[in-house]
Amino acid sequence: MTQTVAQRPTFSPWTDPESVPLIRFEGVSKRFGDFVAVDQVDLSIHAGEFFSLLGASGCGKTTLLRMLAGFETPTSGRIFIDGTDVSAIPPYERPVNMMFQSYALFPHMTVEQNVAFGLKQDGLPKAQIREKVRDVLDLVQMSRFGGRKPHQLSGGQRQRVALARCLAKEPKVLLLDEPLAALDRQLRERTQLELVGIQERVGITFVMVTHDQGEAMTMSSRIAVMNSGCLEQVGTPVEIYEYPGTRFVADFIGAANMFEGVVASDSDDLLVVTCPELESDLTISHGGSVPVGAPVTVMVRPEKMVVQRDRPSEGMNGVKGIVADIAYLGDVSIYHISLPSGRRVEVLRTNLRHTGEQELTWEDEVHLAWHPANAMVLTR
Amino acid sequence: MTALDRVARRWGRLIVGFPPYVWLLIFFLVPFLIVIKISLSQAVMGIPPYTPLLEWGEGAVLTIRIALGSFGTLFSDELYAFAYLNSLRLAAIATFCCLLLGYPAAYAIARSSHSVRNLLLLLVALPFWTSFLIRVYAWIGILKTEGLLNGLLLWLGIIDTPLQILETDLAVLIGMVYSYLPFMVLPLFATLEKMDLSLLEAAADLGCRPFQAFISVTLPLSLPGIVAGSLLVFIPAVGEFVIPDLLGGPDTLMIGKILWAEFFDNRDWPVASAVAVAMLILLVVPVMVFQRLQGRATEGTR
Ligand SMILES: Nc1ncnc2c1ncn2[C@@H]1O[C@H](COP(=O)(O)OP(=O)(O)OP(=O)(O)O)[C@@H](O)[C@H]1O
Ligand SMILES: [Mg+2]
Repeated sequence: MTQTVAQRPTFSPWTDPESVPLIRFEGVSKRFGDFVAVDQVDLSIHAGEFFSLLGASGCGKTTLLRMLAGFETPTSGRIFIDGTDVSAIPPYERPVNMMFQSYALFPHMTVEQNVAFGLKQDGLPKAQIREKVRDVLDLVQMSRFGGRKPHQLSGGQRQRVALARCLAKEPKVLLLDEPLAALDRQLRERTQLELVGIQERVGITFVMVTHDQGEAMTMSSRIAVMNSGCLEQVGTPVEIYEYPGTRFVADFIGAANMFEGVVASDSDDLLVVTCPELESDLTISHGGSVPVGAPVTVMVRPEKMVVQRDRPSEGMNGVKGIVADIAYLGDVSIYHISLPSGRRVEVLRTNLRHTGEQELTWEDEVHLAWHPANAMVLTR
Repeated sequence: MTALDRVARRWGRLIVGFPPYVWLLIFFLVPFLIVIKISLSQAVMGIPPYTPLLEWGEGAVLTIRIALGSFGTLFSDELYAFAYLNSLRLAAIATFCCLLLGYPAAYAIARSSHSVRNLLLLLVALPFWTSFLIRVYAWIGILKTEGLLNGLLLWLGIIDTPLQILETDLAVLIGMVYSYLPFMVLPLFATLEKMDLSLLEAAADLGCRPFQAFISVTLPLSLPGIVAGSLLVFIPAVGEFVIPDLLGGPDTLMIGKILWAEFFDNRDWPVASAVAVAMLILLVVPVMVFQRLQGRATEGTR
């Protein structure tokens, strides 16, 4: 595991203009009647990636995945896998395998028969099939259950069998539709790590659908955030969280305080934004170039602010307010600060001291402070 | 849950589940016992036309007189064996034909859109709205020498002389397949309809062509429906009387016809009863085999 952590930052084929993506969506749309489920998606996924599709329910994640697997045909656009246009290739000839949300294990077959099913279709010799089945069942730690039928397994065990069944085929791409949705939180967190570990060992490209942002953040090399059929942003977990491209992404990933305003001035590296909700202007140290007078949104994450009794020092952004509410979560507390304009702002504070007593309490007058580098300007 | 609750629940279940069993006990088991009783007596002229099983003799001695002669008759005259075998043969062929015709139909209905599906199901059940007897009579009109079928075939020039279909085993088969087809289609539809279609997608995803997916996924998963449908066709077909009587010829030997002849033509109730009892025993064996098969097939599919 330590080794992988060290390797990770160097794995970023998407930044390399020479690298040819394994999967390419070109202007792919899917319509069901009048309803547009997937809208003009352009997307490249590189070999070896753990790629996540993240978005609210009904935004078209499953549809996108099913088009990749071949169960849905795009209304328009083309999909390439390893350089070949797969539009006319039926699912049973595509070099991808899908792990279904419901697992879709064959109820009349044992675990071993389920795993062997795909290999039999390839016409492998019996001995080789047996060997492979044993290997993948070992990999997912299910060798002891080879003779059981799916209904004799727990949810987590079924999920492993479903994974093993796909892995046995050694596809170029493994598609996972909310693979962990049926598991309880503890098993889920453990399985997340296992899945990443397995992905690194077998070196297969994973494309995973999820609507759990924590899951997407921990597991993925890159995340595509979808919103009603469109791709909002594609990037690494850090990019998506720290540099959201749109208001939707900022709001969808993590918590965000957003202030609407207009650009007052734009000097070399400092953007000044006037917000009607705030008494003083905000400064942001990286906003790109935004024309003066343009309407923008300033986004500050709750953990990027400090809440304090004293006035913030010069050069910091400062906002005055009173403590309206405190949500104690154990490791951290979330302070809801009420501004004079009536606006509420969330601030996250680590509970550093080993005591239940808080130094700040309800109705206290406080200042919020953050460095100009800790805010983002969003124009979309 | 207290002990009282448990007791109440168990009794509740018994009370709800009981009436059908009482019904069966009175209207199936009792008549059947009477049939067994008659089969063990001897035919006599009179009313009733058989000897009593129990008799109070002199000095209040209870005599039980069991006559196995009727069953002996079944073995001595090979007519009965032929009839049994022919009944089983025709019923088996009819069941197989119903399966061949019914499976694709049930499959098509199960895979059709919801609005079409209800219409198709209604059409399957539609024949029941007319009397069974009338529908079988209608087949006489179709199958007879100068009937509709021969007329059509002659007109098309496929044959020069009319075919003798009526009064043959073939006519009986056609009648049975026609009459029992809905009993095959409906249970098949029920199992095919509740099948999880993502299993077929999973099969395709794993490299399985559609036909192979049908063989290795759909077919085994629909086995309960196949078994249920086959039983519903096979069992009544073995004992069928009306169809062979109307469509079959004088040499169409079926056990239902024999039974009728023994009862009403020969007025030999004991032999008729013995025929019925033997038929039941003959049917219980295949049914138990089927039940076992079904038990194994359905394991884990729920
Ligand atoms: N076969 C279909 N016919 C009509 N509409 C469909 C069909 N399949 C999906 N849709 C619609 O397309 C939209 C996207 O569906 P999709 O299953 O891709 O959502 P999703 O992002 O996977 O959602 P979830 O997180 O709930 O699984 C939904 O609004 C859905 O109603
Ligand atoms: Mg989905």
